[in-house]
Amino acid sequence: MRESTHSGVNDFAVKLANVNGTGSASANGLLMQAIFRMGIPVSGKNLFPSNIQGLPTWYEIRVNGAGYTARALDYDLMVAMNAQTYARDIKEVRSGGHVLYDSSWPLDKSLYREDVEFLPVPFARMCNERFREPRERTLMKNIAYAGTLVAILDIDMPIVEELLTERFAGKVALRESNRQALRIGYDYAKEHFSCPLPFHLRRMDANHDKILIDGNTATALGCVYAGATVAAWYPITPATSVMDAFKEFCEKYRRDPQTGRNNYLIIQAEDELAAIGMVIGASWNGARAFTSTAGPGVSLMNELLGLAYYSEIPAVLIDVQRVGPSTGMPTRTQQGDILECAYASHGDTKHILLIPANPAECFDFAVKSFDLAERFQTPVMMLSDLDIGMNDWVVPRLQWDDAYRPDRGRVLSEEDLKDLPKFYRYANGDENHVAARTVPGVHPNGAYVTRGSGHNKFGEYTETPSEYQEVVDRLEAKHKAAANFVPAPIVASSGAQWGVITIGGCDAAVREAVDLLHERGIVLDYMRIRGFPFAEAVETFMRDHELCFVVEQNRDAQLHSLLVLETGIPKDRLRPVLVYGGFPLSARKVIEGILTHSEIDERTGRLMPVVRDLEETTCPR
Amino acid sequence: MPSIAKPVARHPSLERNSLGLTIRDYEGSMSTLCAGCGHDSITAAIVRTLWEISMPPHRLVKMSGIGCSSKTPAYFVYGAHGFNSAHGRMPTITTGAIAANRELTYIGVSGDGDSLSIGIGHMCHAIRRNVKMVYLIENNGVYGLTKGQFSASADVGSKSKRGEANRMLPIDPVMLGLSIGATFVARSFSGDKEQLVPILKAAFAHRGMALVDVISPCVTFNDHSGSTKSYLYTRKHEARATETDFVPPATEILASISTNGVTSVTMHDGSVVRFRSLPAGYDPTDRQKVMSYLQERQSSGEIVTGLLFADETVADLHEANNTCDAPLNDLPYEKLCPGAETLNWLQDEFR
Ligand SMILES: Cc1ncc(C[n+]2csc(CCOP(=O)(O)OP(=O)(O)O)c2C)c(N)n1
Ligand code: SF4
Ligand SMILES: [Mg+2]
Repeated sequence: MRESTHSGVNDFAVKLANVNGTGSASANGLLMQAIFRMGIPVSGKNLFPSNIQGLPTWYEIRVNGAGYTARALDYDLMVAMNAQTYARDIKEVRSGGHVLYDSSWPLDKSLYREDVEFLPVPFARMCNERFREPRERTLMKNIAYAGTLVAILDIDMPIVEELLTERFAGKVALRESNRQALRIGYDYAKEHFSCPLPFHLRRMDANHDKILIDGNTATALGCVYAGATVAAWYPITPATSVMDAFKEFCEKYRRDPQTGRNNYLIIQAEDELAAIGMVIGASWNGARAFTSTAGPGVSLMNELLGLAYYSEIPAVLIDVQRVGPSTGMPTRTQQGDILECAYASHGDTKHILLIPANPAECFDFAVKSFDLAERFQTPVMMLSDLDIGMNDWVVPRLQWDDAYRPDRGRVLSEEDLKDLPKFYRYANGDENHVAARTVPGVHPNGAYVTRGSGHNKFGEYTETPSEYQEVVDRLEAKHKAAANFVPAPIVASSGAQWGVITIGGCDAAVREAVDLLHERGIVLDYMRIRGFPFAEAVETFMRDHELCFVVEQNRDAQLHSLLVLETGIPKDRLRPVLVYGGFPLSARKVIEGILTHSEIDERTGRLMPVVRDLEETTCPR
Repeated sequence: MPSIAKPVARHPSLERNSLGLTIRDYEGSMSTLCAGCGHDSITAAIVRTLWEISMPPHRLVKMSGIGCSSKTPAYFVYGAHGFNSAHGRMPTITTGAIAANRELTYIGVSGDGDSLSIGIGHMCHAIRRNVKMVYLIENNGVYGLTKGQFSASADVGSKSKRGEANRMLPIDPVMLGLSIGATFVARSFSGDKEQLVPILKAAFAHRGMALVDVISPCVTFNDHSGSTKSYLYTRKHEARATETDFVPPATEILASISTNGVTSVTMHDGSVVRFRSLPAGYDPTDRQKVMSYLQERQSSGEIVTGLLFADETVADLHEANNTCDAPLNDLPYEKLCPGAETLNWLQDEFR
């Protein structure tokens, strides 16, 4: 399998073990960006603790010329900069790999391994000699190990220098100390080790039309381009940077150049109950509004999501999922909010979900969320996650079509209302079962009382069963109609007997797993679901395959459950593959999961299910 | 059903306001509250106020939470949009609505359960943001709609209909508001339209949030002898701090009115509110003094009413955030989208 045999030119993985709050993030980012600028496919995964300073934190860089950049679990090089975690870090390096460590202090003998090569560099000692301030010494130690990596991995030095120049434009002294630190590590490596190591980098041209961006920044940009003017939120990891980025973009692109006044309003609410309330109020009043949150926030927002659903008010909610339940692990990733979001709130409720797999889709789907929320007059939730949202990804440059105009849905204008004898809020649904709405202040004929209590199609209060049912039945039909509007699934099919279904940020790891299995003669078709309600193609794919593995990052097989609940597919035609410990998915875990559900038939070399109950459940293909 | 009540020839005798509308045009659907409920009297005061200040009905927005009190927006101004939202969440939804369109006039009607229990956090933060709205609490000391449980405004010793006494200290929205920076605070009594109407007029003219606490007896669950929110008790213990005179913009102030003990505050829209202090030395522009006066009178069992405090110098939500003058819901998309070219070059930052 490629996973254990990688380690060559442009094919390796580095793990950097640091202490959080010491400035390592900046050094690790520098390395990522330099590799990106060398034109090589790369990914960086930040495995950080929920803490401000002093706890272990890791950063993983995977380089893969062929473009497989899901998390890799076999590390060719460990940059061990945290004595607290030496023991486990050194254990994790693959046999034949390398450990770079700070030799200012001797390494405990018990930590030595025969099968890995140790690269000792006295970072602390050298930085203490060169720099005077304690804080500077700590910071520069990080840049120094970056310098060593530049030497042993053959990172392009002019690119790194160029990055330092850009980063410290106007801060000459800072740039100089960074340069010096870089040189310290670089020169030491050149002098003491044979550079580069057997696995290293070579310039490519895979990135000229690409960018390096995290999903939260791309989401925020999508909200700007969608024309959102009101945002309300309550700080929560890992969603906070959505609003930080939105604010930054608004300050740049939404401030009137003449008047200096803001064409937007961002409110830091008192809690998530309020944040979603503000979004609903603003959307009711005709603005494009959104909130960003994570699972704990969605739990609080349940109440008003039901109000928006029932009274048919658009609302956009960006859910950057993290590990639950409860506070869970705030800095770890999961796909645990699928069911909660699909059916958020009491009573019969169903929502529209858009599920991006990477930052480029975050941008597109953010825009789409607003269009669908207004077209269908209902909350739309975009389910991102910590891995997508907070890690830097190499994705194609974002594209924009200047011909785009927001789809505001059915909103009656002053002109429409002027001659309207009577306005009935929930009557006369269109082909998608959406009735026209009105916005306050436009025309007296449009006035009515919006309510979350029982109402009939005229918008009047009701407690009459038939009147109540007429409205909620239309809501169900409306939700069904949205299936044709959410992004269609991505399908890669070669007529295989079995398929793999996945969702969101699992994409890269699952695609890699499919390719690796293919090399072993096991052929699987692939489908990534991108929206709920499910498009027809989702059910077709399942029916076309005898058996599908459903790969997702949660314990309870939530996507699997949703597929069973919302389509006619029998439960045992789907096999859950679940990885939910909190780290980004790797192909190895997917393969392990698939193989535990199956065995290879010695005679035919074909994959067979472990549970042999297929006959009974086989549907016509 | 919603439709603007136009000036109708059927009532030729009814007086018209400057929009040519009669007071009937400010009414809503039939109230379904108990006969004699204080909330209905407040509705009547709102109707009169809006008619007198010639509010264009469709430029008014009526917001509420859940409760008997929160039902009342349906009972005034047919021609205005309303939102009978969720229990306690009215301030959040109103804040969002105001964020989207600063040009309309907003009134939020709430109850003591809605605002002092489930929604107390939202109320406090709406006060802190100085959201420009009239925030009306129809305060009856009980949860009317869920049949008479004590609310957080029930006084110590106050008895429920079943005879149990409340032992916990009440939350007083007036003191609470003052302590967290409310910029307009008034208290009145549902039975006193003469006092309530000018207070409401001033409230609508205020620059930010006007917090108006109105004692509004619940005749079904809290109007008995042990109650401190009954008609009888309130009438007996009311102490007026001010008398309010509302002078609309561009109206000459009549020289005949004595200026003795009168404080004039010019409101944001140019109107003038004149408070006549009833106790000598009461200064409705001095927060500290107002708070100590109220505390002192309340500890001796009095319910102090009137326009108690006003400060027109504090920026509202939009001013504080430097939002553009035009409503955010009405900005042309061209103004909001930076366009393809910008997207292209801004991405150089991500290389
Ligand atoms: C989340 C939620 N919890 C409980 C209720 C039940 N409920 C309806 S009205 C109300 C209290 C209303 O009291 P108040 O706001 O004082 O209004 P009043 O009826 O006294 O005018 C309660 C608890 C609800 N509607 N929603
Ligand atoms: S229960 Fe009380 S508050 Fe509710 S309508 Fe009746 S009198 Fe009014
Ligand atoms: Mg009450």
